[in-house]
Amino acid sequence: MNKIFPPTLHLIVTYAWLIVATYLIFFYAPQEATMGEVQRIFYIHVSSAWTALLAYFLIFLGSIAYLWKRRDSADDFAHGAAEVGFVFCTCVLVTGPLWAKPVWGIWWTWDARLTLTFVLWLLFVAYLMLRSYVINPGRAAVLAAVVGIMGFVDVPIDYMAIRWWRTQHPQPVIAGGEGSGLDPRMWVALLVTWGAFLCLFAYLLRQSTRLAVLRREVANLRRLRGSSQGG
Amino acid sequence: MRTLGVISAIFVKDLRVEWRHRETLASMCIFGLLVVFLFNFAFEPAGEERLRLLPGLLWIAFAFAGVLGFNRSFAAERENAGLEGMRLAPVDPGAIYLGKMLANLFFMGIAEVVVVFATSLWYNFSFIPALGWFALTTFFCTLGYVAVGTTFGAVAANTRMREVMLPVLQFPVAVPIFIAGVEGTTGALKGDPVSDYAGWIKLAAGYSAIFVVLSYLLFEYVLEE
Repeated sequence: MNKIFPPTLHLIVTYAWLIVATYLIFFYAPQEATMGEVQRIFYIHVSSAWTALLAYFLIFLGSIAYLWKRRDSADDFAHGAAEVGFVFCTCVLVTGPLWAKPVWGIWWTWDARLTLTFVLWLLFVAYLMLRSYVINPGRAAVLAAVVGIMGFVDVPIDYMAIRWWRTQHPQPVIAGGEGSGLDPRMWVALLVTWGAFLCLFAYLLRQSTRLAVLRREVANLRRLRGSSQGG
Repeated sequence: MRTLGVISAIFVKDLRVEWRHRETLASMCIFGLLVVFLFNFAFEPAGEERLRLLPGLLWIAFAFAGVLGFNRSFAAERENAGLEGMRLAPVDPGAIYLGKMLANLFFMGIAEVVVVFATSLWYNFSFIPALGWFALTTFFCTLGYVAVGTTFGAVAANTRMREVMLPVLQFPVAVPIFIAGVEGTTGALKGDPVSDYAGWIKLAAGYSAIFVVLSYLLFEYVLEE
């Protein structure tokens, strides 16, 4: 992977893609009928949301792979996906209210989608906090894998429960739902932006796993030096 | 048969150890009572409002009392090298999980009875008319909560700040149980026909089944050295 598509090239491609996406968002996509210019944040918001959800799925896969094969690369993959996915999820929760306030007049509401996204964010926090707080570092990977699997299994159940809960309660009146009938140019902008975010996600994940490998090597070297000196 | 033997051995062991000092049980009950007590300063439910607010109150009290119980259940094992003993014993780790889970379920059940009793008394609200359905709903939701809590309690026992770590792990994952608990309890206490809230009971039962099985399979990884 590093030979065919070196990180530097990956970074350049990511930048280029993001620039193209930015152009599409601001100049190509038409202005939305009711919401005006502020609607453009939607492309970043939705792309981040899809990426964050994908990230948790990757944590799930990495966790299963780690428990099964015990390869460090699987654990690095899961951990990296968690770190980067967490950033994208935070992005969703920040861009959402920024959009909601001018459009809905409120910063937040506990409707199905927002509640679910916040639960997803909490699941990222739980995974990352666990990794930081485990006393014996050798155990961190296994415990995190267990949490990653249980957390992901929970996501579809949360989706069902929250959606059902929300349909039983009066909803705030929301003017125009996002994604309700998109102009084809908006679709193009959205998909290109999502592609750019996925490219960015992949790049950051790569760098994160590289860093994990280097950290492990340094730790090993320290241990070797310590044992040869101390005896 | 072996597995059942292990499950009952762990279950009886936990009950016996608890019976000596009853510390965990006492703290769970007192904490639950305190939550119900404080609630009265936050809101002053009276009349019709009680039906709207009490289910939520009950489940917040249950949630926090439960977390207290799960933490202490594994903290005690850690202190006395009980975890090492479990690791070394030539038994199915999943059976150990089930034994612990049933013990936690038992303790949480007692705490819930105390909390419900206090709520009934302090807010002058009778649970008797709806007792059957209320108990059924609460049972399945508690089962799901304990299924997840036992596993995460064991996970958190390996961390610093486990009093914080357990709720951080538990609460997001327990969201469906929490919702099902509050909605199902509201339906039962209102006296609605069962078909209205049966879906919540089914959700809780399904959630319990999924997480008991998943925890049973994953517990060996939680226990391993």
